[in-house]
Amino acid sequence: MAIHRPQEMSLFDGSIIRPAVISAFAKLDPRDLVRNPVMFTTAVVAVLSTVLFIRDVAAGGEYTAVVGQIAAWLWFTVLFANFAEAVAEGRGKAQAESLRKTKTETSAKKVGGVDATAFREVPATSLRAGDLVVCELGDTIPGDGEVVAGIATIDESAITGESAPVIRESGGDRSAVTGGTRVVSDRIVVRITANPGESFLDRMIALVEGAKRQKTPNEIALTILLVGLTQVFLIVCATLPAFASYSGTVIPVVFLIALLVTLIPTTIGGLLSAIGIAGMDRLVRFNVISKSGRAVEAAGDIDVLLLDKTGTITLGARQAAEFIALPGVNERDLAEAALLSSLADETPEGKSIVALARKRFSFAESTLGAAATFIPFSAHTRMSGVNIETASGLVEIRKGATDSVTGYVAAKEGKTPGGVPKELVSAVERVAKAGGTPLVVARDNRLLGVIYLKDMVKPGIRERFATLRAMGIRTVMITGDNPLTAAAIAAEAGVDDFLAEATPENKLELIRKEQQGGRLVAMCGDGSNDAPALAQADVGVAMNTGTQAAREAGNMVDLESDPTKLIEIVMIGKQLLMSRGSLTTFSIANDIAKYFAIIPAMFMVSYPQLQALNVMGLASPQSAILSAIIFNALIIIALIPLALRGVKYKPASAEVLLRRNILVYGLGGIIVPFIGIKAIDLLVAALGLA
Amino acid sequence: MNAAGILQIVIFFAVVTAGAIPLGTYMARVYSGEKTWLDPVFKPIEHLIYKICLIKPDQEQHWTVYAFSCLVFSVIGLLLMYAVMRLQALLPLNPAEMSAVAPDLAFNTAVSFTTNTNWQNYGGESTMAYLTQMLGMTVKNFVSAATGMAVLVALVRGFARRQAKTVGNFYVDSVRSVLYVLLPLSIVVTLALVWQGMPQNLDAYVEATTLEGAKQVIAQGPVASQVAIKHLGTNGGGFFNANSAHPFENPTALTNLIEMAGQLLISAGLVFAFGRMIGDKRQARALYIAMAAMLAVGIGFAYWAEAGGNPQVQAMGVDIASTDTAPGGNMEGKEVRFGIANSAIFAASTTGTSCGAVNSMHDSFTPIGGMVPLVNIMLGEVIFGGVGAGLHGMIVFVIVAVFIAGLMVGRTPEYLGKKMEAKEVKLAVLCILIFPLSILGFGALAMVLPVGLSSIAAPGPHGLSEVLYAFTSATGNNGSAFGGLSGNTLFYNTTLAAAMLIGRFLIIVPTLAIAGSLAAKKIVPPSAGTFPTHGSLFIGLLIAVIVVIGGLTFFPVLALGPIVEHFSLAAGTLF
Repeated sequence: MAIHRPQEMSLFDGSIIRPAVISAFAKLDPRDLVRNPVMFTTAVVAVLSTVLFIRDVAAGGEYTAVVGQIAAWLWFTVLFANFAEAVAEGRGKAQAESLRKTKTETSAKKVGGVDATAFREVPATSLRAGDLVVCELGDTIPGDGEVVAGIATIDESAITGESAPVIRESGGDRSAVTGGTRVVSDRIVVRITANPGESFLDRMIALVEGAKRQKTPNEIALTILLVGLTQVFLIVCATLPAFASYSGTVIPVVFLIALLVTLIPTTIGGLLSAIGIAGMDRLVRFNVISKSGRAVEAAGDIDVLLLDKTGTITLGARQAAEFIALPGVNERDLAEAALLSSLADETPEGKSIVALARKRFSFAESTLGAAATFIPFSAHTRMSGVNIETASGLVEIRKGATDSVTGYVAAKEGKTPGGVPKELVSAVERVAKAGGTPLVVARDNRLLGVIYLKDMVKPGIRERFATLRAMGIRTVMITGDNPLTAAAIAAEAGVDDFLAEATPENKLELIRKEQQGGRLVAMCGDGSNDAPALAQADVGVAMNTGTQAAREAGNMVDLESDPTKLIEIVMIGKQLLMSRGSLTTFSIANDIAKYFAIIPAMFMVSYPQLQALNVMGLASPQSAILSAIIFNALIIIALIPLALRGVKYKPASAEVLLRRNILVYGLGGIIVPFIGIKAIDLLVAALGLA
Repeated sequence: MNAAGILQIVIFFAVVTAGAIPLGTYMARVYSGEKTWLDPVFKPIEHLIYKICLIKPDQEQHWTVYAFSCLVFSVIGLLLMYAVMRLQALLPLNPAEMSAVAPDLAFNTAVSFTTNTNWQNYGGESTMAYLTQMLGMTVKNFVSAATGMAVLVALVRGFARRQAKTVGNFYVDSVRSVLYVLLPLSIVVTLALVWQGMPQNLDAYVEATTLEGAKQVIAQGPVASQVAIKHLGTNGGGFFNANSAHPFENPTALTNLIEMAGQLLISAGLVFAFGRMIGDKRQARALYIAMAAMLAVGIGFAYWAEAGGNPQVQAMGVDIASTDTAPGGNMEGKEVRFGIANSAIFAASTTGTSCGAVNSMHDSFTPIGGMVPLVNIMLGEVIFGGVGAGLHGMIVFVIVAVFIAGLMVGRTPEYLGKKMEAKEVKLAVLCILIFPLSILGFGALAMVLPVGLSSIAAPGPHGLSEVLYAFTSATGNNGSAFGGLSGNTLFYNTTLAAAMLIGRFLIIVPTLAIAGSLAAKKIVPPSAGTFPTHGSLFIGLLIAVIVVIGGLTFFPVLALGPIVEHFSLAAGTLF
């Protein structure tokens, strides 16, 4: 399977940087800025300090050069924040565009009814939900929709990267088609389900575009906190001149401005939007389309993961694990019979039987001669096998479900089917209890034994579940198997719980029960009967190969249709929230050093004693204030890569994560600016800037 | 600093903790409506009150109704107290023949006692009649404390309940607070104080002739009963002007310990009651440790600074070392019967809690020693804080701490299983904005208006500290005064009253809104992915958030006040 995912581009790809620089200036538009209150405040004071600078230039002022530099660095602060958002947007868009390369100028053949033959060529962009279009060999499907008539093979490589065409037909679970895919055989009539601009890809692109992006709930809450802190510092700076005047100090307005901007949380304020966009972008890189940012955040909160057994926990195909010979039968004979019956069997199960027999008894590499006739599996007989002409006559070997093979043997002996030997029953039960599928083998009229087909738990999945458990996430395996088999596989895979003999109804009930207990549930599904559960789950990931109903019900679509992706989605959600928290902590912790730079500088004239607070030993009051402002601007640029990549995330318990992040971003946030401001001050003093 | 002083600090913490734990258990029963051993005495009275006041005790209130009840109750109480003061000359029990209290002072005082601040722009013995003291001050001391406790209980219910519409009944919670908690404790403490020699009578003032032959009027009255509730209810309004430094209001070392422990007892007990009511004692323990740690640091700083004394005094050749016979250090404004350690404990605990009683004059502390009480209040009155108000203020900080740090574990932040979302953050931010807005806003106003400046006694940074302290104390509903500032002026009476109202009710309303919002939420069961809020990591984080938010807000003005004064003192400049 050749899955191609959009490549992770280098952080500062030239094709992204250039437009981002232009966009950083375009985003100075107050209508854009007002979406980000912290940056809006910064821009307002930047305008104010520019006015002060112009006044000083015209009228002459004490610190004209410093005022000019402060004004310039304030503008840089805003531009850097805009730039961060623009880069994130650029990367997101580039990735989304690469997904829909083919979705260009398509024309559609619109028809009046399902049975109509006459069609009208219209541009794909004019299609509305409910329109019917016909798609024939070579046509590109003009929009997301549902097959209402016909059957066709479709090349979906444009969006999934998988080269093998897939079958789409009306009715059933394989009726959904995606815009941009191509019909490679036959003819279908498609009912369009999305208006232009509302398809999954359109929604995804909207999520990575800053200007149109809706803020997610947690982002709103964080913004409120940042606005609150900004207001606190506005009050501090607005009242300070009054307190200072009592002490006979006149604080230059531009110093107050500098204090305000360095105190308000510009670092997180400037990067917040970029972090959100980068989160969506990471999802796209995993070929998952989210219909809302809210769902990605919810993914970080998931408490329970519902995972389908087949394909997620176990490999799709079962593997032969053991030959169980009946009493009086040589195990080698059983293995040989099994081998012969499977040589022409191309199914994975058949191949695994051949491989096991050769491994156990070193049979020679042989193929069936011309004398052999392969009897393929049919739903009617529920057996497969081989007939071989030998010198002593025709040898018939059969393997299959217990009742089919015993019935076959009974018929050979001319008895009525019935009484299954006790030994066989116990062998079959043993296999079922271990979570496997028994395959009974017979040669002519003689039952030889049982092949134990084992559900193979995916390698490494047990460790992943252990990781999830450490993160506090419970995994529940969903399977149609009977409870006995399900329990055996659940134990082997290491899931926390299982739902056996699952039906859409009890699946939905399970989700509701968990949610009633306050837990958030994630699941994936593809069939129409999964739709209610997908809609009910807090994070419902629909497989792209699934039905339109499922894709509408879920809040994410996995283009690769890989159910294990749920685990990655949860991690992406967690990383998004973690990046926000870490940078917020860092931003607030930074303020401590800034106070030590600015406060002694500000009151130097009236209270030289406060020089004792100048612990960094900064050269002069002007250079101290300028250095703090420069540090404040540069730290945004320095943290853009972190905002885009997200903070490092290793699955662990909350306690461990907290300790690590507090150490790195809390303690680091206190220490880094002391060093940074001092270094900038040395440079500023050396260059004679202040 | 010496071993005896440190031992006294240790004993103080031991007494508080030993009293708070059983009291917490008992209060949890009171607020959960469970049976208590005082039921036979108080149940009939409780039902009688409900009958007379037409309260339906089983009727639960939505948070808006709860808040409305709280506001109406407070406003009516405020007006009644104002009326008593204005009319005291016409009312009985006025042996000292006090005249009516001036309108602005009466307003300030009525607000002060309604908001559990007990800021006093008056001298009790020279302004208030006995009836005013009993009907106004003492009654308010009970009901304003009960109001704070009721608000806290509503917030705790918000955490304990799931998908509920109501947070309790304000009237029931405050009646039970008075009857089952404040009244019995006050009776016990009053008796202990009387035993130690505190006056409790309705006699006229006594005139005495001193050794020098001068005439001295010795004021007395129903002191012990008011002092008991003054501390238990973290009110702090002294019967006498000198408050707990007055020998009749704090006669012995034992009464001093009772008063210091008493002002912490209920606030500390409520932390344990909270733990029981939410069914997780570990959470209560964490908050208790955080509060106790901050208090211990404050006491330590004050003790260290005061015991270190004034370097300028030492430079004059005065021996300020502590010996067996001399306390040493800075004894200015301190009572010899208490000494430095007990003055430091009193100063830090009266400002950590919003009590505001004083047994020494904070104005006379060294700059750093005097900054401790100031900073304690600035941090939000959450170091145990006022009864009820302290813990609900602390929980607001917990919400902010959990929100900032909780994100760092990659989940929507939650506390006690309740998700902290935009609404809670918005309300918590509203609460946090109140302190800078009121303290810095009014403070700045006073620093530029002539009416503000004219009341300042000391020049330079010390004068700034006096004004800053006044508005900090008023906003924090603390009520202690730095001294030196003539507060009984129209300007200060009105602005301080406004600061007290803002600091009380603009925090109570959003807090109750948080309670309502939380009560309606589901409870997320804890897992390994849950942000742990009971370990040492969280305790440290919570303290850091409180100190950083308070510090960032007030560092610039503190630099212009006590900090610059400290550095000047070392350089030989005094203010």
